[in-house]
Amino acid sequence: MRVSDERSTRVSGRTDAPAVLLTGVSKAYRTGRAELLALDQVSLTARDGEFVCIIGASGCGKSTLLNLVAGLDKPTAGQIDTGGRNVGLMFQEPALFPWLTAARNVELALRARGVPRAERRSQTAELLATVRLTGFGDKRPHELSGGMRQRVALARALAQHADVLLMDEPFGALDAMTRDLLHEELERIWAERTLTVLFVTHNVREAARLGDRVIVLSSRPGRVIAEYDISRRGPRRIDSPEVANMAAILTDRLREEMGRHGS
Amino acid sequence: MAVDQVLQGLDNLELGPRSTGPGASGDRAARLARKTLAAAWPKLLAVALVLLVWQVVHLTGWKKLVLAGPGTVLSDLWQLAQHGQLWAAIGVTMKRALIGYVLALIIGSVIGVLVARIPPLRAALGSIITGLQTMPSIAWYPFAIILFSAGTQAILFVMVMGAAPSIANGLITGVDYTPPLLLRAGRTMGLTGLALYRYLILPASLPAYVAGMKQGWAFAWRSLMAGELVVTIVGAPGLGVLLNTNQSLQDFAGATSIIIVILIIGIVVDLVFTKADTALRRRRGLLDPSLPA
Repeated sequence: MRVSDERSTRVSGRTDAPAVLLTGVSKAYRTGRAELLALDQVSLTARDGEFVCIIGASGCGKSTLLNLVAGLDKPTAGQIDTGGRNVGLMFQEPALFPWLTAARNVELALRARGVPRAERRSQTAELLATVRLTGFGDKRPHELSGGMRQRVALARALAQHADVLLMDEPFGALDAMTRDLLHEELERIWAERTLTVLFVTHNVREAARLGDRVIVLSSRPGRVIAEYDISRRGPRRIDSPEVANMAAILTDRLREEMGRHGS
Repeated sequence: MAVDQVLQGLDNLELGPRSTGPGASGDRAARLARKTLAAAWPKLLAVALVLLVWQVVHLTGWKKLVLAGPGTVLSDLWQLAQHGQLWAAIGVTMKRALIGYVLALIIGSVIGVLVARIPPLRAALGSIITGLQTMPSIAWYPFAIILFSAGTQAILFVMVMGAAPSIANGLITGVDYTPPLLLRAGRTMGLTGLALYRYLILPASLPAYVAGMKQGWAFAWRSLMAGELVVTIVGAPGLGVLLNTNQSLQDFAGATSIIIVILIIGIVVDLVFTKADTALRRRRGLLDPSLPA
């Protein structure tokens, strides 16, 4: 019980405490004889309740970074500290279990956490309501649209009681209109639940639209080469001028980085 | 406009129109009849063609003394069906089939799980299992008869040797082909050890497992028929014994009747597996919905 009390006080309000702290993280892969350095001395911080977008061209090790933070892989050097927070991970594909209904997919994450059966039902219903999928619980993944599947995946990630949500290009495979709506939904859920989000994308507009802060990674190996703070003054839209300006700055910075590999 | 309303509208648009038109829910019985007919006529046509060719060969007078025409054989079969002997034989054979297959299922599944989970065991047994699959089951009988003497045990042993490798291999393939993305998702969720198998790897490998079971059934059925021809068990004549008797009596029509019975049983059981496989794939959205059932 004590643990859950600590937890509720920790996430009850936004603080400046770091939720995710990476110091000098490097990751090398061995491919045959050659060694490929995916990440090189990456240090970054995401504060509690902060929405951090990570952007980079191909080969910047974005997915590697999230795998490391999620604990699916170990860094070659450096430290990763999430202060014991629960970490949920979402991929570009929904990765739902096709033999389970939407509700069962969400419920399985609760079961894996050891939530008793009696509570699982009501929590599942609540999570599906959060992503506005009440009434679709008994559909199987293949009966849902891409956007709806991704929302089930979001509900499943939230079911992991995630304080930190890692998102690996979660809306990359969706059409622009659906993506736009899901941006608003994600923003709402992020604010309601005081989540810390690490959001990886290669879409500059998406990063400019969603981030409190945008971190730009270089390619091969991935290093932090720029960081932009974007103050949040009221709700943003993907087509508003501030977002367009920020996107232009990010595009220029990324092109400069890509050009470095051109010669 | 409020986001939730827009989102709801988009969801409804993307899921497409609900099928409430006429004919969709209307006369289900008529639709079922049409579907059954559509599925059945190619098979009926094939049977008719075989009978026709057979009749033509019969009329040419080839092997005139022994080769009976389809008319004689079918009426023989009809006669047999009136007697208790055939049904008793089917009962004996199916009981052996069930026991042997269930044994193979248990042994194959246990070996499959162990080999899939334990790398040294896989290195040791992986290629042996594949090798065993290519072993003709009849070749096991001398071994089995020496070991167990000519009896039901010998037949069951050969059935297990024939079917268990296919079942194990199906399960191993299923485990190996579990999508890595789902494994990542499962590990993020905190599924480990037994729970990972129970909730992710085993359900994910079910289609390959069912395919293995289906192949295993074919091997078990073949082994059983070979066994009933080779091993005569006094007091409990199965279909193989009837076939053997017909051979001794040079009764072509009788032998052919039994062969037809064996074929029908094999086909019916195979159909059950195919149905299970189709249902499984439909549930997972692995079936093109426009394809006929």
